[in-house]
Amino acid sequence: MRVSVTVNGTQRQVDDVWEGESLLYVLRERMGLPGSKNACEQGECGSCTVYLDGVSVCACLVAAGQAAGRDVRTVEGLAADDGAHALREAFVEAGAVQCGFCTPGLIVAAHDLLERVPRPDDAEIREALAGNLCRCTGYEQILDAVRRAAERTVG
Amino acid sequence: MPAPSTSPAPPAAGTSTRVTGGVGESARRPDGALKVTGEFAYSSDLWADDMLWGATLRSPHPHARLTGLDIGPAVAMPGVYAVLTHDDVPGRTVYGLERADQPVLCDGIARYHGEPVAIVAADHPETARRAASRIVAEYDVLEPLTDPRRAIDPASAPRVHPTGNVVRHLAVRKGDFETGLDVAAEVTVTGEYEVGMQDQAFLGPESGLAVPAEDGGVDLFVATQWLHVDRDQVAACLGMPPERVRLTLGGVGGAFGAREDLSMQIHACMLALHTGRPVKMVYSREESFFGHVHRHPAVLRYEHGASRDGLLRYVKAEIVLDGGAYMSSTPAVVANAATLGVGPYDVPHVSVDCWGVYTNNPPCGAMRGFGAVQAAFGYESQMDRMAAELGLDPVEFRIRNAMSEGSTMPTGQAVDSPAPVAELLKRVSSVPLPPRERGDDGYDLRELPGGVSNTTHGEGVVRGVGYGVGIKNVCFSEGFDDYSTARVRLETVDGRPVASVHTAAAEVGQGLVTLLVQIARTELGIDEVTILPADTEVGSAGSTSASRQSYVTGGAVRAACEAIRERVPDPASLPDGEVVEETVEWRHRPTSPLNEHGQGNAHVQYAFAAHRAVVDVDTELGLVKVVELATAQDVGKAMNPDAVVGQINGGSAQGLGLALMEEVQVSGGRIGNPSFTDYLIPTILDMPPTRVDILELADPEAPYGLRGVGEPPAISSTPAIVAAVRAATGAALTRIPIRPEHILDLSGVSEGERT
Ligand code: FES
Ligand code: FES
Repeated sequence: MRVSVTVNGTQRQVDDVWEGESLLYVLRERMGLPGSKNACEQGECGSCTVYLDGVSVCACLVAAGQAAGRDVRTVEGLAADDGAHALREAFVEAGAVQCGFCTPGLIVAAHDLLERVPRPDDAEIREALAGNLCRCTGYEQILDAVRRAAERTVG
Repeated sequence: MPAPSTSPAPPAAGTSTRVTGGVGESARRPDGALKVTGEFAYSSDLWADDMLWGATLRSPHPHARLTGLDIGPAVAMPGVYAVLTHDDVPGRTVYGLERADQPVLCDGIARYHGEPVAIVAADHPETARRAASRIVAEYDVLEPLTDPRRAIDPASAPRVHPTGNVVRHLAVRKGDFETGLDVAAEVTVTGEYEVGMQDQAFLGPESGLAVPAEDGGVDLFVATQWLHVDRDQVAACLGMPPERVRLTLGGVGGAFGAREDLSMQIHACMLALHTGRPVKMVYSREESFFGHVHRHPAVLRYEHGASRDGLLRYVKAEIVLDGGAYMSSTPAVVANAATLGVGPYDVPHVSVDCWGVYTNNPPCGAMRGFGAVQAAFGYESQMDRMAAELGLDPVEFRIRNAMSEGSTMPTGQAVDSPAPVAELLKRVSSVPLPPRERGDDGYDLRELPGGVSNTTHGEGVVRGVGYGVGIKNVCFSEGFDDYSTARVRLETVDGRPVASVHTAAAEVGQGLVTLLVQIARTELGIDEVTILPADTEVGSAGSTSASRQSYVTGGAVRAACEAIRERVPDPASLPDGEVVEETVEWRHRPTSPLNEHGQGNAHVQYAFAAHRAVVDVDTELGLVKVVELATAQDVGKAMNPDAVVGQINGGSAQGLGLALMEEVQVSGGRIGNPSFTDYLIPTILDMPPTRVDILELADPEAPYGLRGVGEPPAISSTPAIVAAVRAATGAALTRIPIRPEHILDLSGVSEGERT
């Protein structure tokens, strides 16, 4: 089938999409946007977090067809975003990145949190990131990174 | 007693003070910027024009004879380019780290659930998977051997391999046990413990891209821990000289031991060579649970004897490690469990027997802290029992028996660098305890066991505090020729000195690339250092395991920089256009094998960490919330303090997982929970705040005095958490991971009522 979707502000169209393909597969393998990661394909790890019509979702749980006609924003699409920039800086600075496989998903999830709650407390950060698994860091430095980014963004 | 001062490592000769981001600073990761933008290319992100996708058909049985294999239906599918089986393996048909005992593709007998039987290449991953499922494989199902305790009997049946089921039995005898005497003590405690099968659960799945080359060889881009050992195994199985198989490290999404063995490497290369097209293979999460080795489950029986005044007199232990269907690194795991089996304590008389066995369970091999993790759960549980028996505080009892520099290991090896076990325990036990958080209306749900599931408002919740301390060997042991190779190139471009560092060491997330930049900066006195991609075009760096890369590849890079400084005493003033390059193969001091009593200087270095865990337990539901973890670890020299903290937090989290939630559930040889829905790893809600205290007591033998960091925190957090849950509940808790039913007293409750 053919799927048309707006990705990071650009109208994209892909052909020969098999009905079972997820939005994640289409982004990664058909659109050359591998920033969203696949670590479970079951909605358990958050590595594939993207915005769909402004709401953060697991791209692995969205069928490609379901995304047709809608607006998708991936980690690549946050390149010029100030809030995401503060997060990226803070993640590197705080040592919140090790293997980094969880990082793109965390950047999107934390971006979504800070858009909604500019000054979250620790419990709110934990709740918001509970769907993003990280196997390397033990999360402490991720918390720290989000705190730092929040401080800077709010100023 | 005053705390030992944190002694700085000896300064490197010629060290310039001008550089920023040198050794000892929390320099930024060179790959950090790419990782936060999503641009970093992991092995699963690789892509080539015209590329095909590989898929694997696996055995559904833990033990079966393959009686028929019809690939016809798969070959007939449009979009399928190759279907290969055992008969198509071009070279050696088996591979393995220590012994080549694992078939590339099922050789007639499937020995575990998930054993690869056939591989497919197709133009879409789903087509490849469907084609694999259309292959008709017929089996005669055989009785599996699943009880490792049975497998230690040399006569046990069925034999998983013709050599018998015992992979290695190692006996360590010290003191009177070495001379065959028996030893008695005033107070004895015995205990039996069990450790479940843990999975490394790295987030980036097994994956890579194999590209056929013009010379008839193959280029493989892959996530691994040791490029050269992969290359040698791949080349042998392809029937090619090693130089025609070139490996480059793809971006690695975590490893923790699971990438030490091969997974898709040979398969992807076979498919690429057969089709003449690039082939990408990426395991799904489910396949990943079948596609790599796990942590050895263990059964441990301990007997500790002590004097009334609280000094250990002897330890007797029997440890059985289930290696599953193939050898992998089982012999090394046995060595660690046996030689480190009494923990970081002075024990005059020791008798440890450790077996690693073959069964038809999933193959087990390397995972962070291997051997030491299993033993620590046993000996630390025993230390708590003995302390209780003696009426001593568990920390005080440990301190009385703590080993120190100059102690003699059960192997007879003298510990010749700092071993601040008592100090680590003092530090974690003197951290102020966390307050009990209460909101205006009582507890904050989010802080309670069960969390926002709203299972308690504090009623039935009891707090407990527990301690654990562990020991790990760093680097490869038992006489292994353990080395790393570094090529450092210095040149001046447009008036600016720049260096590039080329090694084959696998960066798997731990931050080695940062460290190598820092070392080159410090040694050469220049700021601009680039790390070249790791590949097999330079000599071996050894494995990214055993907490060894900072030590060995760090040592190699330092040595290469020193060699450059010998030629160019002031590297910063090298004239424009000149190039100086040095390649150095660097070794740590040699070790020796163990004799028949397990005696010998088998290890290079020991590393220690201690944990204090504070937990809240809902004693009515058996749910646990870890409230805080405090860690103290001696790292010799904090080469990059933020990275050290990251290793400690990450290791502590994996230990928490083993204590409370992580188990590959195997029944009758079958894995029952191959997904992140059913195999749970800690989330940010499960991990408590941590307090990390770093000691830097230099090891004079090691580069910069450093001590391997990665594994110790994964060893001691588990027993500390279990001890805290015991302290809260009084439950015996002899098996990990702890389940709610272990905490609750369900005696008298029928099976039906429990569920
Ligand atoms: S890959 Fe989508 S949640 Fe894991
Ligand atoms: S940094 Fe490796 S999974 Fe988070």
